[in-house]
Amino acid sequence: MKNISVAAMETKETKEKKEKVPRQKMPEQDPKKRIINFEEVPLGYSEATVIIEAKRCIQCKKPGCIGGCPVDVKIPEFIKDISEGRFIEAAWKLKETNGLPAVCGRVCPQEDQCEKECILGKKGEPVAIGRLERFAADYERTAGKISIPPSVKSNGKKVAIAGAGPAGLTIAGDLVKLGYDVTIYEALHKAGGVLVYGIPEFRLPKAIVEAEVEYLKKLGVKIETNFVIGRTKTIDELFAEGFNAVFIGVGAGAPVFMNIPGENLNGIYSANEYLTRSNLMKAYLFPEYDTPIIRGKKVAVIGGGNVAMDSVRTALRLGAERAMIIYRRTEVEMPARKEEVHHAQEEGVEFLMLHNPVEYIGNETGWVTGMKCIKMELGEPDTSGRRSPMPIKDSEFVIDVDTVIVAVGTMANPIVPATTSNLETNKRGYIVTKDESGITSREGIYAGGDIVTGSATVILAMGAGRKAANAIHEYLSKNN
Amino acid sequence: MNKIIEKVNLSERVIKMVLEAPIIAQKRKAGQFIVLKINEKGERIPLTIVDSDAQKGTITIIFQIVGKTTAQLDGLKIGDSLQDVLGPLGNPTEIENYGRVVCIGGGVGIGVIYPLAVALKKAGNRVVSILGSRTKDLLILEKEMRENSNSMIITTDDGSYGVHGFVSSVFQVGMIDQGLKVDRVYAIGPVPMMKAVCDITKPHGIKTIVSLNSIMVDATGMCGACRVSVAGKTKFACVDGPEFDGHEVDFKLLADRLRMYCDQEREAYEKHKCGCDGN
Repeated sequence: MKNISVAAMETKETKEKKEKVPRQKMPEQDPKKRIINFEEVPLGYSEATVIIEAKRCIQCKKPGCIGGCPVDVKIPEFIKDISEGRFIEAAWKLKETNGLPAVCGRVCPQEDQCEKECILGKKGEPVAIGRLERFAADYERTAGKISIPPSVKSNGKKVAIAGAGPAGLTIAGDLVKLGYDVTIYEALHKAGGVLVYGIPEFRLPKAIVEAEVEYLKKLGVKIETNFVIGRTKTIDELFAEGFNAVFIGVGAGAPVFMNIPGENLNGIYSANEYLTRSNLMKAYLFPEYDTPIIRGKKVAVIGGGNVAMDSVRTALRLGAERAMIIYRRTEVEMPARKEEVHHAQEEGVEFLMLHNPVEYIGNETGWVTGMKCIKMELGEPDTSGRRSPMPIKDSEFVIDVDTVIVAVGTMANPIVPATTSNLETNKRGYIVTKDESGITSREGIYAGGDIVTGSATVILAMGAGRKAANAIHEYLSKNN
Repeated sequence: MNKIIEKVNLSERVIKMVLEAPIIAQKRKAGQFIVLKINEKGERIPLTIVDSDAQKGTITIIFQIVGKTTAQLDGLKIGDSLQDVLGPLGNPTEIENYGRVVCIGGGVGIGVIYPLAVALKKAGNRVVSILGSRTKDLLILEKEMRENSNSMIITTDDGSYGVHGFVSSVFQVGMIDQGLKVDRVYAIGPVPMMKAVCDITKPHGIKTIVSLNSIMVDATGMCGACRVSVAGKTKFACVDGPEFDGHEVDFKLLADRLRMYCDQEREAYEKHKCGCDGN
């Protein structure tokens, strides 16, 4: 009896101790210094800190975190490896289900996924799963210990993938490991999709994406860049050339403009263009790199999502003296991650909430000089449950600007649907799939990611790639 | 990587290049273009596919040296390779037998109109070509255009060759004023030239097609750098064009947007010319 009660007391004690250890902070570049460079803002955990954080995980018998992850990462297992100092093993555990852990550790909205389900979060702060993931993946890469699984015997079946973004890279990795002959066709000159053209260096260093792409190549994935499916070759031509299945993961790459007067004036960009110039083309290094970009002094970014935050923080780094977020609702409704908003605020971005541009004013040479805004108020909740913004009559005023970046969303790029016969799309141009497996109206053609769902996140596109990989494997295993 | 197979100076500052690009050579149609990027640090620039040879797997481009990228391109030799070539992009020209068509090309725009003239002639049209350049030495593709035209007029701004004057005035005086029936006009060249031709044809209701050389980045509909206003609506030259009904195009906007990076382009070119950019 005595023994038992002592054991119970000890357990209680250790539990209490564990709860007392706070979620470990990750060091970051000082805001004043970082707004004049493009280097990564968060600096990652040290080996000592990462073990402290990993030990916070209580290794639940029924972990909720895994259910919160679109690609079912074995979270408690990799964290246990870290807590016991087996960093490489932790990375390998991650890679069993996630082809891009260094990317996900940085850009996943963990607060809405795995960390949201963490039991520690019910009373205190959840385990910093994303930061742990980032550490393990970085450790493997920087230690030069990336392990290539033994090559799988070819099953003689060919799969083509349109688009080398998160969905395409994930499905390619999954299928090549099952023995498929996989070729990714990418329109741009570099693989990575939004990871290379959209997300800035200070949030996701491009060397990391390159390393992940190189890893896939070593697994045997072939990547053809400068190849637009629908223009260079159509999907029907790929089937004629002997491909057994095709996956479409081309993203929602077409920019949305607001169609207000003056929107085509010089100095007004879509976020896609602004970020592509800066990230993919490295215009922030002009004239060392040849692609130019306007280094505005008074910059307004329209929108409240992560792309808007990436744009406004890029503008700061390009020398903006005044960098503003113009958003028609309030901070509560902003779709951007809290962390991104916080970083932007720290860096000195101004947030003009409940504002909406109605017109741009230009000079005789066609350059934008001002933005007429109207003030808004929140009305009744709309069908999405969000309170819809209503303009306040006669509240217009003009803000001086020399650069504007429109970051109000994207839509489907029509090239693939328009050049593929009998491929069903919905009225907004997105490809219709039967269910989450990505089955389309055409046998052998699968789709996933933003071209199906509209703009979403990297990890959801990866999840779609994973599910389509399973569906294609099932389909091609049945049909010889 | 795309190897340079042939390189010829058509004039002092206009160069014709034949590139290895087997898939593009098979697929391309008149009116389409490529995007090229010379090296890792290069910019992406659109250039019309002037000609192709599906059997040899080659395409032909023509460019004028106007800035750093085109100067660097001129610095390459036969056997060198371009890092990236993407295509064919844009919508092909709608080729039918329209009757009498007039192909008006100005400067390096003659290179863009040449594949159209070839296709239009082949489709049975009576092709009248009016070509213009600043001076005799800058005139390109005279022989090739003549072979694909039923009749041809040449103009130079300085009178050093052909008719002294602009293509638009020759078109006005030589065709419109004489009441000749014109079924369709293609006008490709500098913005003021295209606008002048459209101003002439609009009152007569003659359908006039122009090809717009907007600034592009990805050229697949992703960025919107190339947006133009056509009939009051915003269009992307890369995926909605590059050809549009000239009577609907906002040429002032096009000209303004083409000047967006003037300062940066000059800076990059100056640094390149003095060798300060390391390239």
